[in-house]
Amino acid sequence: MLSTEKLSAYYGMFQALFGISFFAERGEVVSLIGANGAGKSTLLRSIVGSVRVAPSDVRLDGHAVGGRSEIDQLARGIALVPEGRRLFPSLTVEENLVLAARNGRSGPWTPDRLLRELPVLKPLRSRPATALSGGQQQLVAVGRALVTNPDFLLCDEISLGLSPVAVEAVYALLATVVNEGMAIVLVEQNVRRALAKSSRYYCMLKGKIVLEGESKTADYARVSAAYFGD
Amino acid sequence: MQIMAETFLNGLMLGALYAVFGLGLSLSLGVMRMINIAHGDLIVVGAYLTSVVMSAIGIGPFAALVLVVPMMFGLGWVMQILLLNRVVGRDALAPLLLTFGLSIVLQNILQELFTADTRSLQAGDLASLGFEFGGVSIGVLPLLSTAASFALLGVTHWLIGHTHFGRQARAVSDDPDTARLVGVNDRRFFAVVTGFIFSLIGMAAVLYALRTPFSPTAGPERLLYSFEAVVLGGLGNIWGTLFGGLVIGVAQLFGAKISSGLGPFFGHLVFLIALLAFPQGLFRRSAS
Repeated sequence: MLSTEKLSAYYGMFQALFGISFFAERGEVVSLIGANGAGKSTLLRSIVGSVRVAPSDVRLDGHAVGGRSEIDQLARGIALVPEGRRLFPSLTVEENLVLAARNGRSGPWTPDRLLRELPVLKPLRSRPATALSGGQQQLVAVGRALVTNPDFLLCDEISLGLSPVAVEAVYALLATVVNEGMAIVLVEQNVRRALAKSSRYYCMLKGKIVLEGESKTADYARVSAAYFGD
Repeated sequence: MQIMAETFLNGLMLGALYAVFGLGLSLSLGVMRMINIAHGDLIVVGAYLTSVVMSAIGIGPFAALVLVVPMMFGLGWVMQILLLNRVVGRDALAPLLLTFGLSIVLQNILQELFTADTRSLQAGDLASLGFEFGGVSIGVLPLLSTAASFALLGVTHWLIGHTHFGRQARAVSDDPDTARLVGVNDRRFFAVVTGFIFSLIGMAAVLYALRTPFSPTAGPERLLYSFEAVVLGGLGNIWGTLFGGLVIGVAQLFGAKISSGLGPFFGHLVFLIALLAFPQGLFRRSAS
């Protein structure tokens, strides 16, 4: 289980997160819902070590693992798909995947398997990664985190700016992943989609969690109210 | 006409060496966003190191490389871990100041150890070998040196394009924050890159010291030629750096033909004119 306990995070003097307590079990999908600036991305970045936090703020199976580098967290099985995809333009599609696979853990996901599961990428494997369409790039970005074989895959705004067809392709890939026991933490701005794709949700506002619960029984009106802070 | 051809050919050979000087500079700029002002002094350090190894064991310059290259790699690795990693990645000024200071320290250490006298490396019989080709006389040593320069550029190009080392280098160069997300330990990787650059410097130093006598204060001028090769070719492009080096080398030797003291001046002049005409360098940045 990956959890945070009263996690607080700062950018210099500015406090971005105020005592966030959150957890995700292996094999479940948890969504983080909230408006721009609510702190969703900061929470993910705190967990993977891009934002410094206290050791006891982040726990993996009960052990304090906060404040460690991205490299340490990757070795523990926590990987982030960053907002905006952030593929390496100087590397081909395949090189983006191979680089991550070599530095990550061994497991069922390899660049070869990923290209088998996503036949649309196969003929594009030797192209520069950023020469692909937005949806294809997002598949590569998710794949790049996937081939490090994490237990917990954190996805930041993976449907932003994509066509509905492309969004479905990305979520189809995630469905395969969850079936094999990986946990996914989704940051989504689209409330309906977030609730439809997850088993539990947390709603964030101004650096705090203001509402949480089961996605199936979530009251859309209440979530919307929490989203906008009414 | 013959003299022209000879000068041109020698210029190309000298230029290939400048390209190897520039290669190390280009790599540290491309991967670490760091300009190493002590680059030229490290070339001189490599030359003295080779000279010491040669006289200590009594071997030739090329055999000495077997020891010099690993020693330079170690020096680069340690220097990155202990010193350069403290300033890299913050702003452009801190590495400039640090390596500027390093340049002064290195020059003074060399002067303390080896006096201000010039030295040169002796290649033995190889130095006097040569042949005629179409009425143009070509030395075997410069030819070998040029072949070695091309080989170094080619091997580096291949490493960057086709190995895990190269993929990491390009990823860090594109986006260091995201590179950490896919497990590139940038600090440790930088130490390997600097070790590699120092190894290149070691090899370039031997090629340089075989053709030109060197002294502890010869570094800054080498740095200047390296810079000219890199900037002229366009940043981050290995073959551009080669072309830049060749242009500078040819310009210097034709300048020296006009008046023996004016070689470097003509190199600088051509560089200045080319820079005014092509402020981005002759080649745009490519995948390498």
